[in-house]
Amino acid sequence: MTDVSPESWMQVRPEGLYCKPADAFVDPHRPVGRAIVTHGHADHARSGHETVFATAETVAIMRTRYTDDAVTGAQPMTYGERKDLGNGVTLWLAPAGHILGSAQAVIEFGGRRIVISGDYKRHFDPTCAPFELVPCDVFVTEATFALPVFSHPPIEHEMAKLMRSMASLPDRTHLVGVYALGKCQRVMAALREAGYPHPFFLHGALVRLTQLYEGLGYDFGSWQEVSKIDRSDRDQFRGRVVLCPPSALADRWSRSLPDPLPIMASGWMQIRARARQRRAEMALIVSDHADWADLLETARETGAGDVWITHGRVEALEHALKQQGIRAKALDLVGREEEPE
Amino acid sequence: MERFSNLLDDLYFTNSSRAKESILADYLRSAPDPDRGWALAAIGGTLTFDLFKRNLARTLMTERMDPELFALSYDYVGELSETIALAWPVSDNPKRLNRLPSLSEIINEFNSRGKLGIRDYLIELLDAMTPPQRWALLKLGTRGLRIGMSARSVKRTLANMKNVELDVIEELWHGVSPPYQELFEWIDDRAPMPDISKRLTYSPVMLAHPIDVEKDFSRIAPHSHQAEWKWDGIRVQIAANASDVKIFSRKGDDISHSFPDLVEAVDFDAVIDGELLISRDGEIGSFNDLQQRLNKKKPTKALVQKLPAHVIAYDILREGNTNLRPLPLSQRREALKTFIDPRDPGRFSLSRVLPFETHADLSALRQKAADTGGLMEGLMIKNLSSDYVSGRPKHAWYKWKCDPHLLDAVLMYAQRGHGKRSSYYSDYTFGLWAGDGQLLPIGKAYFGFTDEELKQLDTWIRNHKQQRFGPVQEVEKELVFEVAFDSAQTSSRHKSGYALRFPRISRIRWDKPAAEANQLEDLAQLVDRKRN
Ligand SMILES: [Zn+2]
Repeated sequence: MTDVSPESWMQVRPEGLYCKPADAFVDPHRPVGRAIVTHGHADHARSGHETVFATAETVAIMRTRYTDDAVTGAQPMTYGERKDLGNGVTLWLAPAGHILGSAQAVIEFGGRRIVISGDYKRHFDPTCAPFELVPCDVFVTEATFALPVFSHPPIEHEMAKLMRSMASLPDRTHLVGVYALGKCQRVMAALREAGYPHPFFLHGALVRLTQLYEGLGYDFGSWQEVSKIDRSDRDQFRGRVVLCPPSALADRWSRSLPDPLPIMASGWMQIRARARQRRAEMALIVSDHADWADLLETARETGAGDVWITHGRVEALEHALKQQGIRAKALDLVGREEEPE
Repeated sequence: MERFSNLLDDLYFTNSSRAKESILADYLRSAPDPDRGWALAAIGGTLTFDLFKRNLARTLMTERMDPELFALSYDYVGELSETIALAWPVSDNPKRLNRLPSLSEIINEFNSRGKLGIRDYLIELLDAMTPPQRWALLKLGTRGLRIGMSARSVKRTLANMKNVELDVIEELWHGVSPPYQELFEWIDDRAPMPDISKRLTYSPVMLAHPIDVEKDFSRIAPHSHQAEWKWDGIRVQIAANASDVKIFSRKGDDISHSFPDLVEAVDFDAVIDGELLISRDGEIGSFNDLQQRLNKKKPTKALVQKLPAHVIAYDILREGNTNLRPLPLSQRREALKTFIDPRDPGRFSLSRVLPFETHADLSALRQKAADTGGLMEGLMIKNLSSDYVSGRPKHAWYKWKCDPHLLDAVLMYAQRGHGKRSSYYSDYTFGLWAGDGQLLPIGKAYFGFTDEELKQLDTWIRNHKQQRFGPVQEVEKELVFEVAFDSAQTSSRHKSGYALRFPRISRIRWDKPAAEANQLEDLAQLVDRKRN
């Protein structure tokens, strides 16, 4: 081995983060030959790659979101399974606790280990495998909520708020805006844990992914699709939970529901103005990303001497890590937009 | 305090004004005195004092948190109170409170304490509160509550509670004051309606429409309209009777305490509308001069003597017991002339009526205003038959502002915007070339461009980064902005020696080489021109 400095074999390219000896990109945002995909959210999992290394769940999600042949050369992997990528590079996947199938990509080369976390969280979530800490030389982290203002409350706290509201406003349809992949299923699971006994009512856009979860053994109790319920029967929505994508909160679709109370569930809801932008009348702080304390703590716990930051509130995390003596730098990746959360 | 904080949250997150009004009414019906009166004042924007200085909260925060992290958080959240409410690190040994004090207990406690005591009390409360409660406290304490409820909507709530017309509340409103005990006694049917006939009250002023030269000029003629200078001061309403004098700002804030010299000169029983400015020996001072006298709780004698306040009167609303508002402007003007004539000319003068025959005359007058280098903003053109009404009636008063000045300046620093714009570099500092070939910053602007241009600028900045100073990003000195501004003045507070009034970006000059931007000397000439 001559030069194995991490920068020499893991580089930033226009397509995304590139592992040179393996000729593979991590979460590339345009079609490439070999792609390692950390999870199924759209800005990480694009279609059109020739070969995809990802968990079986992520591959299934990609096939559901795109078309079956969008992921032709899939190489589904289980957590912990080691894959030889050639030229001395080994890849394995560790759970990231973000959404179903989400993984940290662990790449080993020349006696060094780089962990690319993708998106991750440390809070409890029954709809995916919990985050696993992997000691490493370089930790590549997200920074979606990397500001001291972000401190995510336990989800039980937020579900209790929703349950209280249904009790005190029994005439209003509690219309909860959630993203179709991950958030929707996590909220349903958390409401079941909070003792919500009624069927859920789902907007059509949430159905396919929920069925995918069910196919993999997750159980959310009974639910019905809103459009399958006759207009004359919709009074049963009052005081109950109807789930929809955030964009449907304020559009014409929601006007067919009896007296809807628009509610938004997302990590951004901690900021008042963000909640108002969505015209939400109740804000549930439910995040699938690590909050400020967890981002700092996790970076420390990996023992990595170098932390590279991919997307989000990059400056703040870089600054705080440097103060703790960790070599931190922003990667300036192109095409990474703010994750719908 | 819990109830107040819950109320604010409920109001904040409710969309329809009708629903907001019913939430507020529920609270006002059930909350005790004097808490509900203070809450009403906080929401209606009628509190007359701060519990603590906005800067105290900021200082406490910077003592407790890394300044760069705080700056980044503030940039992102876009609002100081919420940033502090969310990021407040609880003290190591917080004082334990058995319960949170009530709203009125908090107000009394702050008002009874000195500077250090206020500081301690604020820390104590912030430590004991949840983020939404902290937000409520910070908003209350610095009078910055905006929960999307207009003053009109607040008054409509009261009118509905008492089942009276909105007008009844409108008339009462400026005659009663927080915590509104007498108002609530009346609403609760425990006392008659408060008698405010002897109290000095503010009446919302009459405002002008910007003139649309194409459409409006044809309506204007010398026999039906009068022209006056539009001065760059602040609009005031002076209300006085035998026992009291009040100076109200355009928003109805009582600013009498800042202008004791003017208050002392008032010896009449009338309501006057006019422009407040600084005037020394008959010479009107710049807005910069006036600025030094604004927002001073107790101006020093020296300051008052150095920068004496003066009012150029342009309307009269009441004289003695006579309401002049329903009269046409031509008659009010006669009354005003007679009224101002015997006053101290050092304190009060009559707004001049400017003779004109043609539209060309008006253009020439406007050019003359422009040549004052900002002392005058342009012209006012008023319909002589207009009666005095609150608000902005159509085709009654026009304002015709001077064209802005333009300079080509070079972008030097960029900062992220607040709130919605927090992911873009949207605040720009630009400069002009000094004699030694250095750029000196002359101003900052954050509007004047489209969303599309904002994105282009953001990309340009990301590709031309130099050093970073906290949240401030230095860029390569290559991009030229055409900057528009109303006037420029010398200023010792700026490194370049000049301050611009209302700077905004009028064009992005992608094509122009930075070396061809304007020199500081060009700005100096502009400022000199007005002095001569
Ligand atoms: Zn994600």
